Amino acid sequence: MDAETKAARKQLVEDVLAEYPAKTAKKRAKHINVYESPNPDCGVKSNIKSIPGVMTVRGCAYAGAKGVVWGPIKDMVHISHGPVGCGQYSWAQRRNYVSGGVMGVTSWVTMQITSDFQEKDIVFGGDKKLDKMITEIETLFPLNKGISVMSECPVGLIGDDIEAVSKKKSKEINKVIAPVRCEGFRGVSQSLGHHIANDVMRDYIVDKAVAKNADQHFESTPYDVLIVGDYNIGGDAWASRILLEEMGLRVIGQWSGDGSVAEVENGPRAKLNLIHCYRSMNYICRHMEEKYGIPWIEYNFFGPSQIAKSLRAIAELFDDKIKEGAERVIAKYQPMVDAILGKYKPRLDGKKIMIYVGGLRPRHVSDAYSDLGMEVTATGYEFAHNDDYQRTTEYIKDGTLVYDDASEFELERFVKALRPDLVGSGIKEKYGTQKMGVPFRQLHSWDYSGPYHGYDGFAIFARDMDLAVNNPVWKMHKAPWKKGE
Amino acid sequence: MPQVADKIKDHARLFNEPEYQELFARKKEFECGASDEAVAKQADYINSWEYREKNLAREALTVNPAKACQPLGAMFASVGFEKTLAFNHGSQGCTAYFRSHLARHFKEPCAAVSTSMTEDAAVFGGLNNLIDGLQNAYTVYKPKMIAVSTTCIAEVIGDDLTAFIQNARAKGSVPEDYPIIKANTPSFVGSHINGYDAVIKGAFTLFWEGQERGQVTERINIIPGFDGYAVGNNRELKRIFSEFGLDAVIISDVSDQFDTPTDGKYRMFDGGTTIDQIKEALNAKATISLQKYCTEKTLELVASRGQSTASFHYPMGIKATDDFLMKLSEISGKPIPESLEKERGRLVDAMADSSNWLHGKTYSIFGDPDFVYGMTQFILELGGEPIHLLATNGSKEWEAEMKALLATSPYGAKGQVWPGKDLWAMRSLLATEPSDFLIGSSYGKYLEKDVGIPLIRLTFPIFDRHHHHRFPTWGYQGSLQVLVTILDKILDVLDQETMKSGISFDLVR
Repeated sequence: MDAETKAARKQLVEDVLAEYPAKTAKKRAKHINVYESPNPDCGVKSNIKSIPGVMTVRGCAYAGAKGVVWGPIKDMVHISHGPVGCGQYSWAQRRNYVSGGVMGVTSWVTMQITSDFQEKDIVFGGDKKLDKMITEIETLFPLNKGISVMSECPVGLIGDDIEAVSKKKSKEINKVIAPVRCEGFRGVSQSLGHHIANDVMRDYIVDKAVAKNADQHFESTPYDVLIVGDYNIGGDAWASRILLEEMGLRVIGQWSGDGSVAEVENGPRAKLNLIHCYRSMNYICRHMEEKYGIPWIEYNFFGPSQIAKSLRAIAELFDDKIKEGAERVIAKYQPMVDAILGKYKPRLDGKKIMIYVGGLRPRHVSDAYSDLGMEVTATGYEFAHNDDYQRTTEYIKDGTLVYDDASEFELERFVKALRPDLVGSGIKEKYGTQKMGVPFRQLHSWDYSGPYHGYDGFAIFARDMDLAVNNPVWKMHKAPWKKGE
Repeated sequence: MPQVADKIKDHARLFNEPEYQELFARKKEFECGASDEAVAKQADYINSWEYREKNLAREALTVNPAKACQPLGAMFASVGFEKTLAFNHGSQGCTAYFRSHLARHFKEPCAAVSTSMTEDAAVFGGLNNLIDGLQNAYTVYKPKMIAVSTTCIAEVIGDDLTAFIQNARAKGSVPEDYPIIKANTPSFVGSHINGYDAVIKGAFTLFWEGQERGQVTERINIIPGFDGYAVGNNRELKRIFSEFGLDAVIISDVSDQFDTPTDGKYRMFDGGTTIDQIKEALNAKATISLQKYCTEKTLELVASRGQSTASFHYPMGIKATDDFLMKLSEISGKPIPESLEKERGRLVDAMADSSNWLHGKTYSIFGDPDFVYGMTQFILELGGEPIHLLATNGSKEWEAEMKALLATSPYGAKGQVWPGKDLWAMRSLLATEPSDFLIGSSYGKYLEKDVGIPLIRLTFPIFDRHHHHRFPTWGYQGSLQVLVTILDKILDVLDQETMKSGISFDLVR
């Protein structure tokens, strides 16, 4: 980037910060930067408490644990343990698709199961209620494969012992009951919720599966892999799995999109863990590497460049058969990719996008946009850690504006100043951005579209970016009689 | 390979392709699920009377409730005041959820801030969070007023809002005389309708405390209650007032806030009840609530100040609108305008024209207590027969009122009232004693899928259809909109049913 533009961006950051009270400006200054290539990090602090009152976009540990990691496991009943709201607002909002499930019979992903705490539960504790709930779950939903207890704020404050209740009831019903201490006040964002969720998954299912697995017949192959950190939003995991299977690998579990308890228990049997959302599930991969010697590799299935790169990197860890498989898959889809690019690249070439999302997408989608001729002009994460920002430098260009835990105020100012051709963020950001006459795509829920992973997903991604950027409505927001103003 | 550049298949079609169907079959091997036979048996069983009895006997477990928590209603009520920032004292995740939830319904930006309490605040209290939060929110967003409500953590640890806010003023977070509404809104008490109540009451308390009720004006205060159709309904109310020539003011009016234009500018605040109007409300002639269960505490306060009050249940249909208009007329001393009388006649005309399709249809209804009451009343007027009437946040008092309503009409004989029950209970009710149609929110789509009863979306939240909230459902005009919505569904279903054979697939209905 030329020095002048870069200086202007730096000035923009200064101007935005100047509107904060001094103490807040000082704190926020550490989270916003104009990237200097080739620095090994983005130059921003991260994973720090949000500042009260500025309108952070972040959620909480419960959102990370129930909403992201555990919620998509389809054959478990996930209890939102506490008052009614948390479960209500997160009810079926992440579009974690499920195959073959019958709602309320074998799958509970699109249901809101809650203890609906009342004042008496706060005063006298909710353990007895939890005990009774589990009995009632067994009566009404006998085919469930297990239960998770997702704690909401009050549970951790009133001294409930959900671990003891879970242990007792687990013995009684002979199924896994996982107490997840993901109260919303823990940590600084969704991120700690991911970590807590990983730890509970480790302790209550994965490690316990080793003994259980030993008694069961399972024909292993050298090609057994897990998909980790894909939540199957709009079917993402399926559009990924199809490629892995086509190249000759055998996917023995999806964690956790369209996942099942049996697939989580298959964990220790994997030969390789393939992780898509590093932020939310790296913990369990590291554990499995340490304890079971299972290597893991981060991959990126957004856009043809990264897909091919990832397929080859994965294949590198296997024999020639798989390597040939990867090349075969890449070759097979190339004509489709060419056709998609032929159609959409001319319509999107040179367009600038500003991104603000969560776990992996602020960097992972970057090359998918480049494939379409688009450029990421600004990006940032709600709840990343330092290692995410280091990884981001592989994707972004010199002069990219980077913000961590951006407030709505900052985002609005940046959109106004940079006037990108497209903004990719969440539901809370969508409508305000569109009011400004700027096209928008939700990059959490895929704006009710998807899948975006894999080759099949890329076709949809390209179509969606085009329909967002080039919809005629974006030329209408100014009344013609106001042209001169 | 399913994708072709000219006809891209997305989630709705892609996975029906053979490649993906085969993938699902391969995946199933690893899921170790119950046998197909066991699944079929259970799927059948959950539709039985026996299951219904077990389902209704639940004491601890809640499944698919049709209610949200207090601070959601608090946020809704807060942003109905002019340039007022909704401010949650508690964990930040709560605020993210409220904002998302409202945005998904209104398709509008929904701003609110949080004090982002974390573990240390849980131990030491959230005072510093509140002090910093108020200062930042005040400086950055420049609201005219801030409405503080609480989420669970602040309530459980017992943060003292009054003392904390006083402290924040003393520290200079906001000017000494800066208006701050206070509302304690624990999520473990009541539901969103009570949070709404708490903020309206908080607004009156803030500006009325220490003030004497002076010269009574001709003003009538109107409190609409928590309403997903507020954009359409509040504007309809204002049209009715202007037809009447009334001096009526909506207390917390979100109609502009949740309907800002796309014209190149993002408005964080738009419209709303002004501070002066809240102040003036003390001297109004009367206060009318359009949703009794959203305003119980507020009306108590209003009455305690010597003002006359009245409340309604979501005024839809003929009688409910008649009663509302007659009340306005009674209070104001103004006759009901001819224009509205004509609208009444047009609604009756429409009901008569369509009565052959509407008569005798059966309906189950769920939603907030006032909505279910108002909807039931209108259905009875249409010659429809209410079957299951459910409000997860309905009280014993509501149950009694509902039963009394059903008793007023021969069409109410089959009606069963279900206070406190959830939508999984509704599933059993519909599976065993079905109705022709189901009226409720988007959550009803799972019931529609499971029990095959067509859903008519007429209450909050509506996530999966757009713009319904822009049209009124109140008054004669709004009721017409409701009638058309119901009738369209009835006739669409009939067309779908007869499309295959062609018999009865009539051009004229």
